Amino acid sequence: MSSSTEPKVGGEAAQSVVDTAAPVTSVASKSPMQLAMARLRKDKLSLIALGFVLFFVVIGLTSPLVTHFGWIDPLTTNQDLVDPFGRPVDKWGGISLSHPLGIDSIGRDLMSRLWSGVSLSLFIALSGTALAMILGVVLGIVSGVTGGWTDAIIGRIIDLTLAFPQTLMLLALASTGLIMVQKAFHTPAGNPTAAVYLIVVLGLFGWTGIARIVRGQVLSLREREFVHAATMMGASKYRLYFREILPNLWAPILVTFTLMMPAFVSAEAALAYLGVGINAPTPTLGNILNDSISYADLVPTFFFIPGFTIAAIVVSFNLLGDGIRDALDPKGHQ
Amino acid sequence: MADTDESQTDGQNSVDPSEVEDAPSLDEVLQQSHKPTELDTTAPPVLTVDNLRMYFPVHSSGVIRRKVGDVQAVDGISFEILRGGSLGLVGESGCGKSTAGRAITRLYKPTGGSAKFGDRDLVKLSTRELKPLRRDVQMIFQDPYSSLNPRHSIGSIIGAPLRIHNMVPKKQTLSRVQELLEVVGLNPEHYNRYPNEFSGGQRQRIGIARALALQPKLIVADEPVSALDVSIQAQVINLLQDLQKEFDIAFLFIAHDLAVVRHFCPEIAVMYLGKIVEIADRETLYQRPNHPYTQALLSAVPDVKQAAIGGRRERIMLEGDVPSPINPPSGCRFRTRCPLAREICAKVEPPMVQIGPRHKVACHFAGELGNHPHDPVTARMLGVDNDGNPDPGATPTEIEETPGFNDVWFDLKERRTVKPS
Repeated sequence: MSSSTEPKVGGEAAQSVVDTAAPVTSVASKSPMQLAMARLRKDKLSLIALGFVLFFVVIGLTSPLVTHFGWIDPLTTNQDLVDPFGRPVDKWGGISLSHPLGIDSIGRDLMSRLWSGVSLSLFIALSGTALAMILGVVLGIVSGVTGGWTDAIIGRIIDLTLAFPQTLMLLALASTGLIMVQKAFHTPAGNPTAAVYLIVVLGLFGWTGIARIVRGQVLSLREREFVHAATMMGASKYRLYFREILPNLWAPILVTFTLMMPAFVSAEAALAYLGVGINAPTPTLGNILNDSISYADLVPTFFFIPGFTIAAIVVSFNLLGDGIRDALDPKGHQ
Repeated sequence: MADTDESQTDGQNSVDPSEVEDAPSLDEVLQQSHKPTELDTTAPPVLTVDNLRMYFPVHSSGVIRRKVGDVQAVDGISFEILRGGSLGLVGESGCGKSTAGRAITRLYKPTGGSAKFGDRDLVKLSTRELKPLRRDVQMIFQDPYSSLNPRHSIGSIIGAPLRIHNMVPKKQTLSRVQELLEVVGLNPEHYNRYPNEFSGGQRQRIGIARALALQPKLIVADEPVSALDVSIQAQVINLLQDLQKEFDIAFLFIAHDLAVVRHFCPEIAVMYLGKIVEIADRETLYQRPNHPYTQALLSAVPDVKQAAIGGRRERIMLEGDVPSPINPPSGCRFRTRCPLAREICAKVEPPMVQIGPRHKVACHFAGELGNHPHDPVTARMLGVDNDGNPDPGATPTEIEETPGFNDVWFDLKERRTVKPS
């Protein structure tokens, strides 16, 4: 291991450090996050997944714009393109230059519907995830640092939430829930209320996982000496929680985020399929898929294209999450 | 090749790599540049700890968690630290020395006793009242790998106490941080680096800079060098000595390495199972220990010079394990492993008796190695007979258990209180 020349090399290096003290500033210093990003850049699969994720995000962000300028039109029906049974007159699901992905059973442009559907679905999933994250991280940190009764109470609330049959409750309480949301947030009736209801329900039932993960991490972090050191300095509780401990939790938070997003996208699709949530004719991924079900054997493209889109979103977010986890914790998964 | 890394970036403070190859003993390295710290015994005390107790409750398992007992981690320790002095607290693992340090710095809330810093009692203050005192009492931690937040740059780690206490205007934080880095022998330009880019010794220097940022009067150093290798230990100890001289800081130095303590601390207290068994100045404790536990502890120190000339010190082997601090033995806590233990040791707890100008010991049979008395020296002052049973005829003398040292003491040979001639 240690050859006799090595110490000498070290000695010379020490000399040069002393001699050229000033230029040392030019040595690039990397924070742990920058190191993780450098590792992520070397991971091809994650980069491809990141490309897909960025693609969907761009689609989601541009959809209101392109709808506004009339470049896409998800609502206009073209009855002349379908026969009386709802089948496209043309071959291949009505794919043509003006309708690159075909048309649905009443002649609406599928690409336009997907484009705005991805936007709405991602918006609901993102908002739900953000709500769940904030709830989970704050309650997890408080629970872990404080311990005692606070920890016990939060722990039991988590148990209770997990024991609830979430989907069933969402269905059963949909009508009352919608009215409650409408009264609480003064949202216009119909789809806006439904969207808020979905976000609130997804958030309120989704925070438990991240809260448990964060609590577990905090339990090990709070015994580390830098937390004692912060206490020694007279740091406030806020500083302790959010300046000392929170920065050490980015890895689980980022990973859970990228895993929760696709879960909520598919949850939204499943709920739309069950008839809760955003109603037709406003497109979401779930609505589009729901419309296509009865034509699955007649017009395969109509069914496969939205299905494939959901799958692509879920898989690319999951792969990106995996890649981020490996980048942040290179020793953990080899 | 941790040594090489160290010398690479530690700059002028590094030892010559060829010496590292020869692996000199710590004593030799220490003596190269620094003499053992001396104590000014006339200085006023900075910290007076009196009968400090730290119990951790033990709960039964199950739904109703009844309290079933206490881990008596620290059970009534008393000592004084003089201004600019340093007291070494030594003892084996689990004897409560770290807990004592954390109770004094109020990382734990002590169960009882007092720790007077100036006219304020650190034990009784609430968290809010404590905040201004945090400036004066700081801590250096044991593990340099966990004591620095890996997500903060060095500048923000050292700058945090300055910001929290508003020590300097915001704009001057950086220059003060660089000043501190220079004081502890690091390159001031490295303030924007992260802890993962530094070696163990450098990290410990960063921890020291953080403790110094508030210009404390007392630093509790919890095994500050035990995680470092020998040549780096010497550098850090020398740095601490320089800082102590320069800023007149008092130290409570917690360690298990007797060589380090001997160099750094003019006064040393030996702990066993939550109690101090012997406390004395350096020369007395190392040359003439009076407590059988101290004697056993010192006999376990390997002595290279003795081995070289073939003479080996007699090892005193202690039998058995340290008893549980949940249910400590009655009377003297060391009696279960003590070669001298007799009936009185189980019945009466030995008081802390001053037996020299700066020497206290808690043992019924206190005496130098091989010269332990045959009958308990403490029997008369406790009002018991030689077996520890209450003696109705005896008049127990008032035993003064003050944290500091008195001008008069109990002479072991003459068995009476004497004044210095």
